Amino acid sequence: MFSAFRTLMGRDLLLAMRRRSDLFTTLFFFVIVVSLFPLGIGPEMNTLRLIAPGVFWVAALLASMLALERLFAVDYEDGALEQMLLAPQPLFVLVLAKVTAHWLVTGLPLVLMAPLLGLQYDLSSEALGVMVLSLLLGTPALSLIGAIGAALTLGLRGGGVLVSLLVLPLYIPVLIFGSGAVEATASGLGGQGHISMLGAILVLSLLLAPLAASAALRISVE
Amino acid sequence: MPPVAKFNEVTGTKPYLYYQTPGTAGLHYPMNSRLINWFKFSSPATFYPLAGRLVPIFAVLALALIGVGLYMSFFVAPTDYKQGEGYRIIFVHVPAAWMSMFIYLIMAFWAALGLVFNTRLSGMMTRALAPTGAIFAFLALWTGAFWGKPMWGTWWVWDARLTSELILLFLYLGYLALQGAIDDTRRADRAGALLVLVGVVNIPIIYYSVQWWNTLHQGATISMDNGSKMGVTMLWTMLIMALGFWAYTIAVALARVRSIILEREADTTWVSELAEVRL
Repeated sequence: MFSAFRTLMGRDLLLAMRRRSDLFTTLFFFVIVVSLFPLGIGPEMNTLRLIAPGVFWVAALLASMLALERLFAVDYEDGALEQMLLAPQPLFVLVLAKVTAHWLVTGLPLVLMAPLLGLQYDLSSEALGVMVLSLLLGTPALSLIGAIGAALTLGLRGGGVLVSLLVLPLYIPVLIFGSGAVEATASGLGGQGHISMLGAILVLSLLLAPLAASAALRISVE
Repeated sequence: MPPVAKFNEVTGTKPYLYYQTPGTAGLHYPMNSRLINWFKFSSPATFYPLAGRLVPIFAVLALALIGVGLYMSFFVAPTDYKQGEGYRIIFVHVPAAWMSMFIYLIMAFWAALGLVFNTRLSGMMTRALAPTGAIFAFLALWTGAFWGKPMWGTWWVWDARLTSELILLFLYLGYLALQGAIDDTRRADRAGALLVLVGVVNIPIIYYSVQWWNTLHQGATISMDNGSKMGVTMLWTMLIMALGFWAYTIAVALARVRSIILEREADTTWVSELAEVRL
């Protein structure tokens, strides 16, 4: 079972490495959106410092949502997904492997890029640390929850817009606790409670989201 | 053995009852009045006429209850000493907000039933309830804005309840959008059911996170809590309105499910034999 997990994850990572432009679109989307806000709002550093947590988290949310469409779509088109559904290994594990690979390709780069962009917003080093931690806990949860939406909209026309409608309301708790952690740290309250809640959300979605996503895949491919 | 309602999908013949006793399979017996067959009305063909009989009853009930409730809320209920006449909108606002939440739970019930028993009618019921739920969520937000303007001096506050009601509206819209995008009705039903169940698991998490977010951001806001101090007349008015909205929901959902049944079963013989179709 574990070898199936590793094999599928390795395959997905290899495929992503072979098509590197996909990998960079998500990252550049994040960078550009974050850099656009100062242009729209003005270079006032005090304002920027205030809105930074929200801007970073909303941008991460949108970037992870943009990437969702590719999570199952390629495998669905070339028929590999059907083979996965037929495989003797539990679908739960396979979905988890795919989501993990997807997060490593689209989520982790954002987490690594965030502190660099945070400097543009004049965040303190402490707040930057909490931001990285919150993104590290939050973006996998986003990928997991998003997998349900991606599986439900597999092969539908206008799937991309539809995914956003289905998934964004479910993202709200992650957004609240993620940006709340950074904000609480920046204002000196300490973001530990938020971080714990993010961790709880991650654990819960690790347990439940692959189940729901596999059920959704079976419905969509049937 | 209990009688089983059989509906022949191939030939589309009318449902008939038979006993699956060994050796006598296929023999037709009259319906045993003492045995209730719970699955009888899970077939669209048997449910369609039942819904047709129920719709007028609940429609009349809804008209009467909402009529009485509106009369009471405008003329009987006393003027609030603090909020003046403007408070009367809560007689629409609160029942609408209740209904918007109840309907989502009922949808989840039908969704779970449909996924477990694989009954076609459950998906149709979920689908039929969703627009009404979305309308009530919108109505609750809209009347809330009308209430908030004179009371709070603003159309919208990022209050925990308002925000979660807005998110509930988004959940309804997501369900409707997903249903609209899938052409295959079987897949649409099952995918929609799964989405509703995921939403139900998420609603408490969303509600509490929003509440916490709100208290962290701006401290104590204006409290909407006036339930316990409400007068008896006001409480009765609100209850009558809530019952009227229930009756309205049932009538509208059943009328809608009848249309959905006709649309989806248009190729079957029993539909073509209906009096209203042959006209």
